[in-house]
Amino acid sequence: MNNTWLFILQILTLIVVLGLIYRPLGDYMAHVYTTEKNLRVERGFYRLIGVDSASEQTWPVYLRSLLAFSLIGVLFVYLIQRIQEWLPLSLGLPPVEQGLAWNTAISFVTNTNWQSYSPELTMGYAVQIAGLAVQNFASAAVGIAVAIALVRGLSRRKSLTIGNFWVDVTRGILRILLPLSIVAAVILIVSGVIQNFNPFEHYTTITGANGVIPGGPVASQEAIKEIGTNGGGFFNANSAHPFENPLPWTSLFEIVLMLAIPFALPRTFGRMVGDNRQGYAVLSVMGLFWIASAALLTWLESVGSGTASQLAGGAMEGKEVRFGIVGSTLFGTSSTLTSTGAVNSMHDSFTSLGGGLAILNMMLGEVAPGGVGSGLYGILMVAVVAVFVAGLMVGRTPEYLGKKLGAREIKLASIYILITPTIVLLGTALSFAIPAVEASVTGTSMANTGLHGYSEVLYAFTSAGNNNGSAFAGLTASTPWFDTALGVAMLLGRFLPIVFVLALAGSFGAQDRVPVTAGTLPTHRPQFIGLLIGTIIIVSALTYLPVLALGPLAEGLK
Amino acid sequence: MSSLRGTTRQYWVAIRTMIIFTVVLGIAYPLVITGIGLLAPSQANGSLIKIGGKTVGSALIGQSFTDAKGNALAQWFQSRPSAAGTGYDAGASSGSNQGTESQTLIKAIKDRKAAIAASDNVDPASIPPDALTASASGLDPDISPTYALEQVDRVATTRHLPTAEVTALVNSFIVGRELGYIGDPTVNVLELNIALSKLKG
Repeated sequence: MNNTWLFILQILTLIVVLGLIYRPLGDYMAHVYTTEKNLRVERGFYRLIGVDSASEQTWPVYLRSLLAFSLIGVLFVYLIQRIQEWLPLSLGLPPVEQGLAWNTAISFVTNTNWQSYSPELTMGYAVQIAGLAVQNFASAAVGIAVAIALVRGLSRRKSLTIGNFWVDVTRGILRILLPLSIVAAVILIVSGVIQNFNPFEHYTTITGANGVIPGGPVASQEAIKEIGTNGGGFFNANSAHPFENPLPWTSLFEIVLMLAIPFALPRTFGRMVGDNRQGYAVLSVMGLFWIASAALLTWLESVGSGTASQLAGGAMEGKEVRFGIVGSTLFGTSSTLTSTGAVNSMHDSFTSLGGGLAILNMMLGEVAPGGVGSGLYGILMVAVVAVFVAGLMVGRTPEYLGKKLGAREIKLASIYILITPTIVLLGTALSFAIPAVEASVTGTSMANTGLHGYSEVLYAFTSAGNNNGSAFAGLTASTPWFDTALGVAMLLGRFLPIVFVLALAGSFGAQDRVPVTAGTLPTHRPQFIGLLIGTIIIVSALTYLPVLALGPLAEGLK
Repeated sequence: MSSLRGTTRQYWVAIRTMIIFTVVLGIAYPLVITGIGLLAPSQANGSLIKIGGKTVGSALIGQSFTDAKGNALAQWFQSRPSAAGTGYDAGASSGSNQGTESQTLIKAIKDRKAAIAASDNVDPASIPPDALTASASGLDPDISPTYALEQVDRVATTRHLPTAEVTALVNSFIVGRELGYIGDPTVNVLELNIALSKLKG
């Protein structure tokens, strides 16, 4: 069977499975975030942390809670890494060096999971489970909470509050992320993903050589790593490592895990605004980008242009035999279009245009379907701009779901859209513009020379600014420049947009709902779907065309 | 002042929340999963392969079949090239991360092609891509059926075994696509070589 048929059958399988999940999971999440009933365990938890679950917050208070929670998260993860040598189950590893510890703490709290280190050589089991995995849950719950807050703003009338941050985070973890992770982890173990606290086992091979088998609580981490669109590998090779991803179908299963919540959230959105068709419209846009991008990447890698690929007879450098081309491209597309950043093949070794497409996926702003929560709020922010643009073209008063898009709303959405490109372009430019930094970047960090080396740097800032976490992994990022600059990029790339989303949520919530008239632009029809797709391409992709032309396009079209 | 008190309070809530989350999600959750994993001990511990009670590897982790200097041992089926440490170092999983225009990679593929063509006495153009390229993990346990069958003559000659017998052995180790369309066909090199060592030459 050729790759075309393999692609069609595999993506159809994913579409069917995700389609079956869409309604039940989306409806369930809508219930979780709208019900007034607390579980008994939640009531006990709120007493312990001292929160009145019935009291709601205005957007500035919601934001302050979110920032406090995240800052404490950074401090916790930083501290745990710095005291590693005194913790049990640390495999005798020393404390993580300061710059790296700071970068890693930010990386996991911001849902990025960029890894400037090789886990099996740096992080013991204690840091992995008590530091990193906790943030895999927490950062995912924060992302969903922000999306839900925005949807509440859209669905409420004349409300000063947008929910309670502590309740949203607790419910997200306890009712959604944890149960899903437990089920997924058990399925992964049965399939061959390891789950133990054994030290590395040394043995003698049948040829008399020395071998080593790593251990670790991998399945529990792998599950939330995909479900929370985190992506930080237990091992350096991430989901290409046979102990993280042993079989062709576990790879497909992990794709389902990373897409399940992001693709179901439009349903939650539709339910909460009282019109499921709105959810289907958003889902269509997400789905079309995902299918188109996956098809394009599969085609590029199957053709396998480029000197080394042609010489080898196929683009198998950095790919595992069991996944093949199609298993690798489906995973790579899904991972870079969500904020997961997990990899089951090495993107650095993709064909030049294939690697460029992975970068472009992230540059779209990760809205197809995007990270847990961040995908939905990302696409809704672009939808606001799309409605405004359409309003300008036909002279209609712009309104989305009965909310007027006045000067304040448009400013918030526009600035939101400018933040990430600014971070990505500035970071990449500064890497080459500051002479001392440029020496370190080209001398120490870049694994490939020339155009491809530049692409490694562009990939790094795109990944950090969009909180993706995947890499052209040849780049040595454990230098003072990258530890610091990528840390700042991840921090700003996560929290600045959230400020604008929550501000917009507050501003929508405070409005009354204007009735639908003949002059209202319907936002559930194919016309709007097309408009939204166009807006995403124009405002996101075109911003980056020049920087893509300097790297992957130049290399691939040479 | 009240807003300052409110902010301070948020931090206390955050600290308490993070402590409880660390206990529940960072300690209890992985322990519970590990407990459940005891029901599937073979998988949870790494799908180890033992001969006479001694571990000789994992069914999931690839190995190199080379001498101490890294030269291929002709009597064993060879795994793919590996960028993990000095090759198949399961303590340092990694791909090469070389781009397709990388001179390092281009030279490596040329060298590998020449070496395999010489050792296996085959047409360089017939060597499949997985034989010439390093995997993503550096620990790929599999090779393609094409690469396995391509090595049969060398292995059979070196071991003084009938070619047909070795071909039959390889064929019995070919794992097809799951459900006929998920993944690519594979041959697990370690399992194949263990079975090979049991054939009488």
